[in-house]
Amino acid sequence: MKELMRKLVKTYGPSGVEEQIRAVIRAEVEPLADELRVDPLGSLVARKQGSDEGQRIVLAAHMDEIGVMVAYVDEKGFARFTRIGGVSPLTCVGARVTFADGTVGVIGVEGKREDTSKVPKFEQLYIDVGATSRDDCPVHVGDAAVFVRPFVAQGMRLISKAMDDRIGCAVLIETLRRLERTPHDVYFVFSVQEETTLSGARTSTYGIEPDLAIAVDVTATGDTPECRPMAVELGKGPAVKVQDRGMIAHRAVRDLLVQRAKKANIPYQLEVLEFGTTDAAAMQLVRAGVPSGCLSIPCRYTHTPSEMVDEGDVKNSVRLLLEVLRAV
Amino acid sequence: MGIRASAERVHTCGKTDAVRRENGAKEFMILKELSDAIGVSGNEGDVRAVLLDAIQEHADEVRVDTMGNVLAFKRGTGQQRLRVMLDAHMDEVGLMVVGYDKDGFLRVRAVGGIDPRLLPGTLIQVGPEPIPGVIGIKPIHLLGEKEGEQVPKLEDLVVDVGAKSQDEARKLAPPGTYATFATQFHELGPTVSGKAFDDRAGCAVLVELLRGERFRFDLHVAFTVQEEVGLRGAQVAAYGIEPDCAFALEGTIADDIPRDKDVSPTTELGKGPAITVMDRSFIADRRLVRLLTSTAQELGIPYQIKQPGIGGTDAGAIHLAREGVPSVTVAVPCRYIHSPVALLSLDDFNNTVRLMRESLSRLTRRTLKRGRD
Repeated sequence: MKELMRKLVKTYGPSGVEEQIRAVIRAEVEPLADELRVDPLGSLVARKQGSDEGQRIVLAAHMDEIGVMVAYVDEKGFARFTRIGGVSPLTCVGARVTFADGTVGVIGVEGKREDTSKVPKFEQLYIDVGATSRDDCPVHVGDAAVFVRPFVAQGMRLISKAMDDRIGCAVLIETLRRLERTPHDVYFVFSVQEETTLSGARTSTYGIEPDLAIAVDVTATGDTPECRPMAVELGKGPAVKVQDRGMIAHRAVRDLLVQRAKKANIPYQLEVLEFGTTDAAAMQLVRAGVPSGCLSIPCRYTHTPSEMVDEGDVKNSVRLLLEVLRAV
Repeated sequence: MGIRASAERVHTCGKTDAVRRENGAKEFMILKELSDAIGVSGNEGDVRAVLLDAIQEHADEVRVDTMGNVLAFKRGTGQQRLRVMLDAHMDEVGLMVVGYDKDGFLRVRAVGGIDPRLLPGTLIQVGPEPIPGVIGIKPIHLLGEKEGEQVPKLEDLVVDVGAKSQDEARKLAPPGTYATFATQFHELGPTVSGKAFDDRAGCAVLVELLRGERFRFDLHVAFTVQEEVGLRGAQVAAYGIEPDCAFALEGTIADDIPRDKDVSPTTELGKGPAITVMDRSFIADRRLVRLLTSTAQELGIPYQIKQPGIGGTDAGAIHLAREGVPSVTVAVPCRYIHSPVALLSLDDFNNTVRLMRESLSRLTRRTLKRGRD
């Protein structure tokens, strides 16, 4: 599974430009699915046929990652940019970004700042791709880039850019791979544009009309020095979401996850997230409403170029999803 | 005093039939008519009337839906099985009367994004008649030392309609009465000025497109309501139309005013239609962006990419309809939008019409299949 994770996190795929990551995921799931389609906004939907009169279940992980987009190229060839999704200027200075064609840029900050201990504003940052003028600058307004950081496995900890939410994609792919028989019709949705507007999961869910939906995404933790208190720790098992800023998990979905975890002796934690949300927030409001919940993979340093998860949590997430799908 | 004196002139703002017949040949006449019409969000009736009149004979079917959107259908030649939606919003930002002072002044609130810096001392049109009004301001002679440097809050401004008592004011403009700027359309050399170019410019582009030849696919044109207060009309229009793809036409921010740093303008006047890649409401479909840019390059039509991450348009609602709709926004750059007077280049307007027409004539089912199999 580590090779799969490595492949997924390193692939380019900012919100709205998911072609490359979709091709990588498609190659993985095509042999395993009974039906495959790309829907109008670009989400990849792989269906596994149920063996019985089960339910129609959506498992959703988003393919897109945060990034930056060129907003202006100045006379000297420096590119001003805006963010795609929740990027903080704090993690930008000195970072490297890469564009769809492989062009690499370094994020610099204007030197004229009065107080260098202050976090710069986006307006003070620029991308330097080594160009000398506007004309020889290889990147243009509207081009999107993602952060560059390699995948590292160190002990049980896995570190990379884009764990949010390629780790969820990896969990979905591995679940599909190991799912032998299920009474349910299961739709594995690899959604687009989650980081910006939760658009992909919402529109895919409209097409599928599921009885139940579970988003698989990362969540924050409360186990680092002086951090905001939160009762989720790395390595203590997948987190079953109670609520976040965008949704309150449907009680039946939450209970289902908790009961199956208990029954199979899989460690789990309950999660209350005070900021951010996931595809589940959009899915629960589709059509006449969809009972929705979220299985979260605890992740430190979310939305920085180095996100850290625990391999045990990842594997236990797969186990828990298999337990959920195994029986009615 | 003096306010009433201009009543006659203001009153004729909306009555452009005679003018239209005289100058019907000029391409921008529809823009003039639309710009002069009154249509603050939720009160788009006058704009709707102008549009219904303008498009009736150029569409196969025209209807008004429950929200008040005008939906026009123009059958294709049948060569491409596609449903294409074009959108522009009819509504403009404005004011609404919410209260009265005992001396007969009106209190107002903003409908949509109004900049309070621009309001004091401006002439407005109040209500359906409309009656003229002036947004009150203390004369410069009476300003305190620091007072002149402060921007008054909208809540503190009063509108003078010449009423002498609370009762008279209430009778002239009952609570909920809409008001908009009393700006008339003018030619300024190669540019034109007027109010509400956001988004009457988009509406005018769509009228021009409807007036042309049929496309190969079925065309669904939506003139929507209530964009400025939350993309509301477009949401139901897109649900009803169920398009395969959509183009939102806009009048967008041109902020190419002098600046002291080499940083981005949102768009620039005279540099052609502005194509949106990403704004605060959605991310444009890359295949539609490519269709537009490659068409422009092929034909030598100037175009610009709007600075990403700014503003939001009906595409933000349309792309979420049903199972999702690949969407893009194309806009005529307009200086000073959401203010009493905006300014646009007729070249940009004509190039927007041309870019849309040529791009649509190249749009096929294959455009939307690319990269998806």
